[in-house]
Amino acid sequence: MGKDSIRVLAVASGGGHWEQLMLLRPTLAQYDIRFATTEPAVAAQHGIADVESLPDCNQNMPIASALCALVALWVVLKHRPKVILSTGAAPGFFCILAGRLIGARTLWIDSVANGEELSMCGKLSKRFAHQCWTQWEHLAGPDRPRYFGAVL
Amino acid sequence: MIIVTVGMQLGFDRLIAAMDALAPSLGMPVIAQTGKGTYQPQNMEARVKIAPAEFEALMGEARLVVAHAGIGTVLTAARCAKPILLMPRRADLGEHRNDHQLATVGKLAGRPGILVAADESELEPRIAEGLALTDWSATRSPTAQQLHAALAAFIENRPL
Repeated sequence: MGKDSIRVLAVASGGGHWEQLMLLRPTLAQYDIRFATTEPAVAAQHGIADVESLPDCNQNMPIASALCALVALWVVLKHRPKVILSTGAAPGFFCILAGRLIGARTLWIDSVANGEELSMCGKLSKRFAHQCWTQWEHLAGPDRPRYFGAVL
Repeated sequence: MIIVTVGMQLGFDRLIAAMDALAPSLGMPVIAQTGKGTYQPQNMEARVKIAPAEFEALMGEARLVVAHAGIGTVLTAARCAKPILLMPRRADLGEHRNDHQLATVGKLAGRPGILVAADESELEPRIAEGLALTDWSATRSPTAQQLHAALAAFIENRPL
């Protein structure tokens, strides 16, 4: 099977999370890549017009989070990706959860901004995603996230 | 053109004032985004905030970015393939809640396209180094190469 037939859904909220996903784009572009974000206007600026839009949310917004989880499930069911990855934040985590329901392989890459400890979603991803990676070597460990380099 | 930015959350007058003092000797326009600082620059164009689309356009024209050690700014510069010179905020001078920016520069120093000035006295030589950088943007750092390789392996379900 060729690389371009592996369907991948890559998810990032606007701002720094999205910047990090864009730095990974040269590698992602080899696959059948689909993007989802909370700020589709920024994605359009980067030449990604057919991006899926997710409502923004965080742990302090229960109703927005429930809505976001539903939209995430919809996006995942629509694209049926084989692989789902996110560089953050909560909306990406919901896509990973939805991915578990359809048997996708899931990867959380914790933001390079989290140099002192893993984000809340990163900690949850250690249990709920197939893999959770930190971008800081000193945060990695046997029972903790794994480290395979950084976007910078 | 050199673009100076300190983010929107906190002022960073120590960097803005030092860049204002250096601006006349740099031989090119300097544009500064000053955030919540109070120092009024005399020698460079200064704006409290710059809208994202315009910031992106300015970034495209810039030869060098001079900034506080904010990860968001580092990532934007990396995506735009611009060299960036970082000066960390210091908690003991009331510039941030803690010294995480010192930790950030300690870890990022030496990666391609990233320069560090520990304080304002180091700005001038580091600016000269930053402007002299050429062709670095094609160089992906060893840590970035590692992450791209691991990501491809994960997607293709190969052993990591």
